Amino acid sequence: MSTLPENVEGTLELLGKANYVSDRSLATAVHLSLQLGRPLFLEGEAGVGKTEIAKVLSETLGRKLVRLQCYEGLDVASAVYEWNYSAQMIEIRMAEAEGVSDRDRLGDDIFSDHFLIRRPLLQALEPSDGGAPVLLIDELDRTDEAFEAYLLEVLSDFQITIPEIGTISAENPPIVIITSNRTREIHDALKRRCFYYWVDYPDAERELEILSLKAPQADEKLSRMVVEFVQRLREMDLFKVPGIAETIDWASALHQLDIIELTPEAIDDTLGVLLKYQDDIAKIRGSEAAKILDEVKSEIATAQRASA
Amino acid sequence: MSDKAIPDEARPALQARAKLDELEAANIGAGSGKIATNIMHFARVLRSAGLPVGPGKVIEGIKAVETIGLDSRDDFYWALHAVFVNRRDQREIFDQAFHVFWRNPKLLERMAQLVLPSFVDPEAQQQAEEMNRRLAEALKQNPPDMPGEGEGTGEEEDPDVTVDAVMTWSANEVLQETDFEKMSREELEAAKRAIARMRLPIMEVPTRRFKRDMRGNRIDMRATLRAAMRGGGGAIPLQYRKRKRRHPPLVVLCDISGSMSRYSRMVLHFMHAITNDRDRVHTFLFGTRLTNVTRQLRYKDVDEALDKVGEAVDDWSGGTRIGHSLHDFNTNWSRRVLGQGAVVLFISDGLDRDAADGLEDEIERLHMSCRRLIWLNPLLRYDRYEPKSLGAQALLPHVDEFRSIHNLESLDQLSEILTKPAPDKGFGTNPWQEAAA
Repeated sequence: MSTLPENVEGTLELLGKANYVSDRSLATAVHLSLQLGRPLFLEGEAGVGKTEIAKVLSETLGRKLVRLQCYEGLDVASAVYEWNYSAQMIEIRMAEAEGVSDRDRLGDDIFSDHFLIRRPLLQALEPSDGGAPVLLIDELDRTDEAFEAYLLEVLSDFQITIPEIGTISAENPPIVIITSNRTREIHDALKRRCFYYWVDYPDAERELEILSLKAPQADEKLSRMVVEFVQRLREMDLFKVPGIAETIDWASALHQLDIIELTPEAIDDTLGVLLKYQDDIAKIRGSEAAKILDEVKSEIATAQRASA
Repeated sequence: MSDKAIPDEARPALQARAKLDELEAANIGAGSGKIATNIMHFARVLRSAGLPVGPGKVIEGIKAVETIGLDSRDDFYWALHAVFVNRRDQREIFDQAFHVFWRNPKLLERMAQLVLPSFVDPEAQQQAEEMNRRLAEALKQNPPDMPGEGEGTGEEEDPDVTVDAVMTWSANEVLQETDFEKMSREELEAAKRAIARMRLPIMEVPTRRFKRDMRGNRIDMRATLRAAMRGGGGAIPLQYRKRKRRHPPLVVLCDISGSMSRYSRMVLHFMHAITNDRDRVHTFLFGTRLTNVTRQLRYKDVDEALDKVGEAVDDWSGGTRIGHSLHDFNTNWSRRVLGQGAVVLFISDGLDRDAADGLEDEIERLHMSCRRLIWLNPLLRYDRYEPKSLGAQALLPHVDEFRSIHNLESLDQLSEILTKPAPDKGFGTNPWQEAAA
């Protein structure tokens, strides 16, 4: 079992080990969450690397990753546990055939651990190799308030009650990462129990760093232009501005197409990788893209002259 | 808001001291019997004003006051507060009631004098004017038993006299820019009834959750197995379940520009009632800019809620920039509040100062982001209004439903028009769509 980092630097280093470039503020939140054993609540636009944190933590700490993807109508049967009904049915038939008529015994038999199907939340409470797992509760905003309320109980005591068996509690509470895209507000009661962090888009320098780690094949000069271009797009009035994931995709796509320098045509051809709404694409494609590209080029040229 | 007129800290200390002396003087010698009676009356005032105060609370209140004594007015206030208030939004009513009820034992007498103009005490009148209308009604019904008065004089005060006084203070119907007339208890109850009766065209949609129902169409395995165990495993009686249904989230976008101003109070009451009636309601007001007033409208007390809304919004009765406001909504809010298949209720007369500039794109974006877009248009002036304005022309082709109402005057009318079933789809074009074409 790998040990938890002792200070914020350690946490920053830990994240860096798995090629995750993080702000110090985020590392601080992660560190607090690891040290104090409280869930970390990450909110931010889509594609800024929220889910990635859980994956990185599980990888670098050598813990198992248990992922619970939320959706509307998520219930206990698919999030916590379910009984294996067909196996239970067979068991009943078998007992019948053997002439077992002791109801209590039959009850104990079919509602035993053996017939329990463990869903993510229950899995996360069970001891596993390498220490308590990392529990990722992804896109919590997609589920409804009822599930949120249930989660409240699980996250405060790290225990789950199954009526037929009893209460199962975690010896070592899991590391909990909750993400939300803010398609609705999460209740304060849940937020109160967590460390909260708003994951923002990175600045140009950081994004370039991320790009060099995540899309190392792309040409350095090209990467720089890509980052500057995307940074400018984010300042524009678009319905959905591109996230970091889109930047990485775009750089890889350009590399695949053997484009080594951004041109208005290349941008028009690949804009669909960056922007996902037709209105936005129509707005940027053509003259607007060319204009931004000119700005990017002149800025890079000025920066080079200054450094030279 | 009247509570602001009499905040505890802001009151000069001297004045507070004087009131305290008065209070004590009134009660010394009267024994705890008198104060107990008054706490009882006070509780009745609170109850009439809508706080859930039962007889048990009265006893607790008396005990609490006995425990802390009457040495300090503040302690007295907080002791009663601790007993009678159990939610954040009840504080305002309590605060007002407390100050009115305990400030001056002769209050009712002074209130009665208000009907005689020559005797009007400006200070008293000002206080009275600011008083919550519901509280005034409650006081009218439960006059405090005057401590320190001669036997029975308190009871002899004619309640009807105060009724007249109430009428002279605040029954004016003039709607000012942000100062909404307080809602009376009857209005409040009528509003609640109207909302309870209301059925939106899309009231409930199936969810992915299930509940047990013997007439359901799916087998509930868990319940079936439990039932089988109960029966000893011999027979397996099938248990069923069916999908739960739930109303989708509701987002109300309401125009508060000059041309809509006569409906503002009513529509806000509607929005307040529906916000507090169900979960997942978001409310926005727009004139020249967009304001999210969901939080303000969550205050249970309608008068307080509207006061907060009045503070939050600063473009009352001005121009309308529908396109601009919708753009703001689409970029900043639509992903946050339309996430789970919301129904959008768009209340506007479609008169746009920007001559529908950019409106069509924005309304279409909104249309594509929600489950159903209902446009409610309080048609203006005359019966044969047709959506001829540029704004209306831009909006019409992009809404799922268009509902209009002449002379929108009551919540009843509003909820009635919203309850009407949605027009049949595929049954030719609707007359309003033809009008727009």
